[in-house]
Amino acid sequence: MQATVRIRRFNPEQPANNGKFQEFKLDVPDSTTVLDALIKVREDVDGTLGVRCSCRASICGSCGMRVNGQAKLACKTKIADVSRHGEPITVEPMGNMPVVKDLITDMKVFWDKLRQVEPYLQPEGPAPKGEYIASDESMNHLVGVMNCIMCGACVSDCTVLAVDKNFIAPAALAKAYRFVADPRDSRTSQRLGVLNESGGVWDCVRCMYCVEVCPKGVAPMERIMKMRDLAMEAGYNNTPGARHTESFASSVKSDGLLNETKLAIDSTGIFNIPGQLAQAPVAVRALLRGKLPPLFGHKIKARKQIKRVFEKVEGQE
Amino acid sequence: MFEHDVLIIGAGLAGMRAAVEAVNRGANAAVITKVHPVRSHSNAAQGGINAALTDRGDDWTDHALETVRGSDYLADQDAVEVMCSEAGAALIELEHMGVVFSRDEHGKLGTRRFGGQKAARTFFVGAITGQAILHVLYEQLIKANVRVYEEWFVTSLIVEDGVCRGAVTLDIRTGELHTIRAKAVINCAGGAGRVYEPSTNALICTGDGYALAYRAGAPLMDMEMVQYHPTTLASNGVLISEAARGEGGYLLNSKGDRFMLRYAPEYKELASRDVVSRSEQTEINEGRGIDGTVLLDVRHLGRKVVEEKLGYLQEVAHDFMGIDLAEQPIPVRPGMHYMMGGIKTDINGATSVPGLYAAGEVANVSVHGGNRLGANSLLDTVVFGRRSALAAIEYGKSAGAGSRNEDLLASEKKRIQALLDRPKGLRSASVRRELAETMHSHVAVFRDQQGMERAAAKVKELKSAYGKVAVDDKGKVFNTDLIFALELRNVIDTAEAICASALTRKESRGAHYRVDMKKRDDANWLKHILVRQSAADGDPKIDTAPVTITRWQPVERKY
Ligand SMILES: Cc1cc2nc3c(=O)[nH]c(=O)nc-3n(C[C@H](O)[C@H](O)[C@H](O)COP(=O)(O)OP(=O)(O)OC[C@H]3O[C@@H](n4cnc5c(N)ncnc54)[C@H](O)[C@@H]3O)c2cc1C
Ligand code: SF4
Ligand code: SF4
Ligand code: FES
Repeated sequence: MQATVRIRRFNPEQPANNGKFQEFKLDVPDSTTVLDALIKVREDVDGTLGVRCSCRASICGSCGMRVNGQAKLACKTKIADVSRHGEPITVEPMGNMPVVKDLITDMKVFWDKLRQVEPYLQPEGPAPKGEYIASDESMNHLVGVMNCIMCGACVSDCTVLAVDKNFIAPAALAKAYRFVADPRDSRTSQRLGVLNESGGVWDCVRCMYCVEVCPKGVAPMERIMKMRDLAMEAGYNNTPGARHTESFASSVKSDGLLNETKLAIDSTGIFNIPGQLAQAPVAVRALLRGKLPPLFGHKIKARKQIKRVFEKVEGQE
Repeated sequence: MFEHDVLIIGAGLAGMRAAVEAVNRGANAAVITKVHPVRSHSNAAQGGINAALTDRGDDWTDHALETVRGSDYLADQDAVEVMCSEAGAALIELEHMGVVFSRDEHGKLGTRRFGGQKAARTFFVGAITGQAILHVLYEQLIKANVRVYEEWFVTSLIVEDGVCRGAVTLDIRTGELHTIRAKAVINCAGGAGRVYEPSTNALICTGDGYALAYRAGAPLMDMEMVQYHPTTLASNGVLISEAARGEGGYLLNSKGDRFMLRYAPEYKELASRDVVSRSEQTEINEGRGIDGTVLLDVRHLGRKVVEEKLGYLQEVAHDFMGIDLAEQPIPVRPGMHYMMGGIKTDINGATSVPGLYAAGEVANVSVHGGNRLGANSLLDTVVFGRRSALAAIEYGKSAGAGSRNEDLLASEKKRIQALLDRPKGLRSASVRRELAETMHSHVAVFRDQQGMERAAAKVKELKSAYGKVAVDDKGKVFNTDLIFALELRNVIDTAEAICASALTRKESRGAHYRVDMKKRDDANWLKHILVRQSAADGDPKIDTAPVTITRWQPVERKY
C-alpha cells in the first residue's frame, strides 16, 4: 500500500526547517506500523531523521510520539488504522516536553516527576526470611500498573500539565499508586499525605486523555481517583483537594449541577489570596478558549431529587 | 575526564543489579547506557525466572542437573552450582525489592513450568517478568542515587599494559567524546540479536559488549552457540514466550498433529529449546509446515488463563497478527533469540583481562553451555551481576593508578571524524541487513561446513567494506545515524567470532547442529572454544579450554 507520512522536523544545529513538515511517500506492506515507516525513512531515505526506538513490540517505551495529533506508541500503531483511506498521516514529537531533535523529546520532566513520588518500596522493619506473604489478587492488581512502560504518552497529552508545570502528572501518579496499593509498603499514609498537596491527586481535571492515550491500559486517571478516595479515608480533609470534593458535593447538592466557578474558589480557600490569584492564568486561558464556566451556574430541574439522593446517602453514613 | 571506582556498561538487569550492589557497599560506581535504563532489552523477557526454592520441596541440584543436561554438558558445572544454589536468595531479594511476583493460594510465590525441566520452578509476573524486574531495579537505582550516564555510548575500552582502566564514550545528546576512567569495568552490554535477521531481540542488541571485549583482547567463548527460540512470529521475529507452552500450549503441524509427541515423548512441547526448534524446522522442511511455520495452540486453556497469565502475548498476537489467542492458533517458527556464548569469565565475573569484568547475556560464565533453559537467563543476570560487583570492588582496592593519557580518546575522535567526513558511501542499514540475512541462512538451526564457510567469507567481505560506510547525518546532536555506523562495526566483529567458532566445532552439540556431523563427540569436543581478535592482523584466533565437570558425567540427552 501507499503511505504518506508527514514528519515535523527539528534540528537545533540547522534551524532553517524547524517546525516544518516534511512529506515522505512510501510503498509498504499493509501491516506496516508507523514505526516501521519511520525506520524505512531513516534507513533508506534520510539518515538524519531523529527517532527513538528499540523493541518494536510496545515494551521498551521508546517510541512515544504524536500521530495525527494524539500521543501514541509508533510501534503499536498500524498505518492502516490511522489512515483508513490512504490519507497522509502527521507525526510529531510528544507534547509537554522540549524537543531535542525531530521526534526525540527531552524526557527529563517525566523522570523528575517520577523521582518526586519516592518510587521504591518502603517496607516496615527487617525483611522476612522468605518472601512477603501477599494475595495473588493484590499482586495481579499491581501488575496492571506495572504494565506502565514509561513511554510518556499520557504526560504528553495531559491537559493540566500543559498549564501547570507543578502537576505531578499521570505517569508518576500511577507509579505512586503502585506503592500506595502495595500491601508490602509501610508508608501508605505518608505517601497519601504528600499526594494530597498541591500538584498531587486533586489537580487532575479528569479529562480522561491519559486513559485514552495510554498504550498499556494503565488508566492513570482511575488510579488518581482511587487515591483521592484513599486520601479522604486516611483523614486528609482540610486540604485544597478535600475541600474541592466537599464543595463539589455541596454544589451538586444545592444546584443539581456542578458550579465550576464556585468550586475553584472553594477549593483554593476563600481567604487564600495568593492561591486565588494563582488561579487567574487558568481562568484567563480557559476564557480565551471559550471554556470559562458561566459565573452563576445553571440549576437543573431535578435538583430536588438530587438533594434527596444526597440526604439519603448522608443519612446512611 | 570522569573517574569512578567501578564503571558498569549497561543498565539491563545485570548492569543495574551490579550497580545497586556496588553503591550499597559504598563504592563510587556509575552506570553508562546507550538508552535510558528502562529501555534496556531485559524488559522484553516475558516468561519468568528460575529458582529452586527448598521450602517448597524443590532441590537446587535438580535445577542444576537439568541446566547441565540442557547445556548438552558444555556448561561448567562449578558455575551452574553457584547459579542454582544462589537462585533462591536472589529471587527472594528481588521480591523484597518490590517485584510483584504472582502468588499461590497461600500468598507465597507461585510458579509455572518451563522447558527442559520437570519441576515447576519458574517465577513470574504475568507475561511481563523482565519489565517488572527491570523497573524495580531502576527504582532501586533511584533509591541508591546511582550516577547514570544516560544515552551515552561506549566506543572502546581503555586497556593499558594489558589492564582495563576505563572506556572512551560518546555523549549521544551532545556528540562529545569523553574518557571515563575506572579502577574496574563491568561489561553488562547485553546480547547480539542484530547479527541475525530476523531476531526476537531489540534494535539496540548489536553485540557491542562482545566486540568491545574482543577488540580489547579478551577471549569470547562458545560463540557458535546461538539459540533459536521455537516460537517467534514469522512476520517480524517478535517472540511468543515459552510461557504459552509452560501453561500447556500445543505445537501443531499442517496436519493438526502434536508432532512433539514423536520427537520428545516425555517432555513434549517442553523439551529443551534446541530440540523443539529442530523438530519444528524438520516438520517445515519435510513439507508439514504452513508457509514456513507451525501452529502454536493455546485455545484449550480457556480465555481466563490466556488473558491473565499470557496477557502480553495476547497483546502481541493481536497487534501484529490480528489474532485472538483464545480463539485461534498462531503461526510461529524458530527465530534467533539468545547468545549462549560470550566473554569468558570465571564465577566472579572476571575476564582474562585484569580490571575487566562481565555479566549478563554478554558474559559466558558458563552456565548455559550449548543451550540455555528458558528463564535461566534472568537468573544468570542477577546472580552474576551481583557477584561481579563484589569482585570488581575487591579488585579495585589494590588496582594501582593508571595513566591519565588521552591517546585513545584522540584516536577515537579521529576515527569518528573520518566516518562523519566521508561524503558518500555504503548505508550501514543495508550492510547490516546483508550480513544478518547471511547469518540466518547459514549459521542457524541446521548448519554445514559449506554454509558456514560461505557466511564467514561474507562477514570478511563486509568487514573490509566497513571502511566505505558513510552517514547522512553530519551533526552532533543525537546523531543516531552515526551510532548505527558504530554499532555496525560491533555487529560485524561479533559475526566474525561466531563464524570462526562455529567452523571450529566439528560435532553437533546443543544449538550447534551440523547436518554433516550429526553426532556429539565427547572424546574430541567436550571442550570450550575460545576466540579472540589478534592485535597483529585483526583476524580471529582460536583456542580451546576444558569443561569443568563436578558431579554430572556426560550422558546422551533424551527428552
Ligand atoms: C524477547 C525475549 C524474551 C526473553 N524472555 C526471557 C525469559 O522469560 N526468561 C529469561 O530468563 N530470559 C529471557 N530472555 C533473555 C533475557 O531477557 C536476556 O538475556 C537478559 O535480559 C539480558 O540482560 P542483560 O542485563 O545482560 O542485558 P540487556 O538488558 O540487554 O542490557 C544491555 C544494556 O547494555 C547497554 N549497552 C549496550 N551496548 C552499549 C554501548 N555500546 N554503550 C553503552 N551502553 C550499552 C544497553 O543500553 C543496555 O542498558 C528473553 C530475551 C528476549 C529477547
Ligand atoms: S485525566 Fe487528569 S491526569 Fe489524566 S490527562 Fe487529564 S488532567 Fe491529566
Ligand atoms: S501510564 Fe501509559 S501512557 Fe503513561 S507512561 Fe505509562 S504506559 Fe505510557
Ligand atoms: S519501539 Fe519499544 S515501545 Fe515502541
